[in-house]
Amino acid sequence: LAIPPQEMPAQDPIARGKTVSEVALGYSEAQARLEAERCLNCKNEPCVKGCPVQVPIPRFISYIQKGDFKAAVDTIKETNLLPAVCGRVCPQEKQCQLECTVGKSLKDVGKAVAIGRLERFVADWERENGKVTPPTVKPRTGKRVAVIGSGPAGITVAADVAREGHEVVLFEAFHKPGGVMVYGIPEFRLPKSIVQAEIDTLKKMGVKIETNFLVGRTRTLKQLLEEDHFDAAFVGVGAGLPKFLGCPGENLVGVFSANEYLTRANLMKAYDAKKAATPIYKSRIVAVVGGGNVAMDAARMALRLGAEQVHVIYRRTREEMPARAEEVEHAMEEGIVFNFLRNPTRILGNEQGRVVGMELQQFELGAPDASGRRSPVPIAGSEYVFDCDTVIVALGNESNPLLVKTTEGLVVDKKGRIVVGADQKTSLDAVYAGGDIVLGAATVILAMGEGRRAAAAINELLAKK
Amino acid sequence: MNRILKKTQLSAEVFEMEVEAPLIAQNRKAGQFIIVQIDSEWGERIPLTIADADPKTGTITMVFQTVGASTHRLAAKNVGDYVENILGPLGNPTHIEKFGTVVCVGGGIGVAPLHPIAQAMKAAGNKVIIIIGARNKDLVIFEDRMRKIADELVIVTDDGSYGRKALVTEPLKEYCSQDPKPDLAVAIGPPIMMKFCAETTRPFQVPTVVSLNTIMIDGTGMCGGCRVSVGGETKFVCVDGPEFDGHKVDFDNMMTRLRAYKEKEEEDHHVCHLELQIESMEHKGGR
Ligand SMILES: Cc1cc2nc3c(=O)[nH]c(=O)nc-3n(C[C@H](O)[C@H](O)[C@H](O)COP(=O)(O)OP(=O)(O)OC[C@H]3O[C@@H](n4cnc5c(N)ncnc54)[C@H](O)[C@@H]3O)c2cc1C
Ligand SMILES: Cc1cc2nc3c(=O)[nH]c(=O)nc-3n(C[C@H](O)[C@H](O)[C@H](O)COP(=O)(O)OP(=O)(O)OC[C@H]3O[C@@H](n4cnc5c(N)ncnc54)[C@H](O)[C@@H]3O)c2cc1C
Ligand code: SF4
Ligand code: SF4
Ligand code: FES
Repeated sequence: LAIPPQEMPAQDPIARGKTVSEVALGYSEAQARLEAERCLNCKNEPCVKGCPVQVPIPRFISYIQKGDFKAAVDTIKETNLLPAVCGRVCPQEKQCQLECTVGKSLKDVGKAVAIGRLERFVADWERENGKVTPPTVKPRTGKRVAVIGSGPAGITVAADVAREGHEVVLFEAFHKPGGVMVYGIPEFRLPKSIVQAEIDTLKKMGVKIETNFLVGRTRTLKQLLEEDHFDAAFVGVGAGLPKFLGCPGENLVGVFSANEYLTRANLMKAYDAKKAATPIYKSRIVAVVGGGNVAMDAARMALRLGAEQVHVIYRRTREEMPARAEEVEHAMEEGIVFNFLRNPTRILGNEQGRVVGMELQQFELGAPDASGRRSPVPIAGSEYVFDCDTVIVALGNESNPLLVKTTEGLVVDKKGRIVVGADQKTSLDAVYAGGDIVLGAATVILAMGEGRRAAAAINELLAKK
Repeated sequence: MNRILKKTQLSAEVFEMEVEAPLIAQNRKAGQFIIVQIDSEWGERIPLTIADADPKTGTITMVFQTVGASTHRLAAKNVGDYVENILGPLGNPTHIEKFGTVVCVGGGIGVAPLHPIAQAMKAAGNKVIIIIGARNKDLVIFEDRMRKIADELVIVTDDGSYGRKALVTEPLKEYCSQDPKPDLAVAIGPPIMMKFCAETTRPFQVPTVVSLNTIMIDGTGMCGGCRVSVGGETKFVCVDGPEFDGHKVDFDNMMTRLRAYKEKEEEDHHVCHLELQIESMEHKGGR
């Protein structure tokens, strides 16, 4: 416990506020080995229990201690196909690192072994040194599987099913595969080249990728199964239906869903105004409503697109924010202003129908609610006007109804999430589902975990067929 | 990749293009649209209606007006060139049934998306009255094709250079005043035209369908950029529409939202014109 936690180098907060290149720079070899030395190799492996896919953490860290980075990354990949992604975007402080013995004995999760950073380090090392070995693919079975949606859930299923020798076609509505990892999470947090490398691996394994293909419209799920001879299908279409505020003024010019704002900026590359044909709104003062990762991404993106001031408006306090701790810290360092215990009651516009401000109501914390967090209670008569010209709504996503609407017999719950059994099977024969469309807006690692289970069930089904 | 098989210039600003898109050609129905992106790296995703399709040849037809950068770039493509990305068919098909008498009103480029709808309405056994409106004679498109379908056809121009000198709302009002009045009106064109068509039919209580052309990105219900207020509720044009009850649409808000990126669009359009001019000069110089 004598070794201090190794900080991850990052770009200077002021300079990085003007570029979209990655903020966190990753460990050097020496730093990674020092950080690995902090791990006690606990026999009872509490950290593993905190990880949704049970990465064999002490084992992979012990390989880093020995300097065998390839063995370390291969160990992670036994249960987690996308370590370069998860190392960057997992909410580690609430999962693996929350349970870490070192953090517990120092009474600070922030001082736990930096499992995520180590995971990222070995995955980057493998990719940058050209050491990636595509998984071996068994001989062709002649069976066909349709994977719908190319987010982390779909990518995982495609890889696991292709490995067994089945033919896999990955269908994606957008012109580029990757799901939220390419259209939502910004470059400065997850470089698109990393996602592309994973897609390239899938292609090397023989997975066919059909972009510009909206299942339900271009072909229906039924057509895929009955006319196009797919033996099984996996539905991983994500959440992707933005929530709005439901208050007056939400359709004024200058009010965006975080999905729209981020898609314009990331996928459509509007950050490069000279080259990109897709425009993005010019803002001076931006208010982002929400407290999750999506809100942090939108706020930090707005800053990079040239806003003079960026404010986050959140109903509760920093304690209750669902965003990853590292993103909140980075946002604060970059100069984003946090307005806690506030919520808009309406958005105000001028004669041209453009946003000029918001009416905000103040809140205080009351008793804990169903989520276990203290609930925000509005203070009557506390409304005041807050000047801004852009409002980005980042209150999360609900289930996109398109595929369900066009697929007869696919059972969903009240919130439109597809209902599945323990093996991810839906109400339809040979149709499985996983990721955000089942969980509601969740996380990359949970989406992958569901993908793994679904792939195992699909492989089992096809082995019997 | 979708190859361009045919390109025709219909008027100074309007082009018709037939492109390969076999799956879309097979599944599309009247009233649906596509999203077109010229190149994956830097291109914009723009919605265009499917004006026609042939499942046998696996082609679809789009008709578009050059209003800004992306439509100009598309118009600069030629037969044999490719459009990198086409997604579709999107949106809900038009509700077609035997209503009785249907008045179809098309303004400017709106006549193209109106064509498959008028065709389907006719095929369903309706009496189809078609009103075509344009700023001037040069901008009248699809006259022959519409004439083949229409039981009655009226052409109006703003300046009287062709047909009657009037706005489309004039003949529309006359038809609504007849007894029996039409059972349905379908209006497609610039938002301002659709707004006034809806205002014209409202006192006669003639149900009026409009097809909205908001700004879009994904076309799958993911971004909410296409939202409009219909009967006080927020709707997404790409998945809830594109057709709505014209008497319930908040057109003023929709028109305001269409102007969201005015500055950037004007700048790009300007640059685009210059580039096209330079290109065409180089072209000429090279010959
Ligand atoms: C801005 C933002 C930041 C986030 N930050 C984090 C983070 O830091 N850490 C974390 O763990 N999680 C984060 N998340 C959540 C995480 O990205 C999601 O939980 C995860 O991506 C869900 O994966 P998925 O495979 O279920 O679906 P998605 O990634 O949503 O992918 C679904 C794909 O399916 C496609 N699709 C939809 N319908 C169809 C159809 N009918 N036919 C064909 N294709 C279709 C979509 O275009 C999309 O590409 C963030 C989310 C957002 C929006
Ligand atoms: C469902 C749907 C179907 C459509 N079908 C057709 C069609 O069949 N043929 C056709 O020519 N156009 C159609 N449009 C409109 C077309 O999408 C726009 O003209 C196009 O996006 C403009 O792109 P641009 O880059 O050339 O111009 P921009 O530079 O983006 O815009 C130039 C000007 O056009 C206006 N404009 C921008 N977007 C739109 C829009 N979506 N609709 C109307 N005006 C707009 C703006 O006021 C702007 O000042 C349709 C739109 C929708 C939503
Ligand atoms: S996948 Fe996520 S939770 Fe699991 S060990 Fe890696 S960083 Fe931790
Ligand atoms: S709990 Fe912490 S110290 Fe123990 S094995 Fe896991 S990472 Fe290492
Ligand atoms: S275009 Fe994105 S939701 Fe309609």
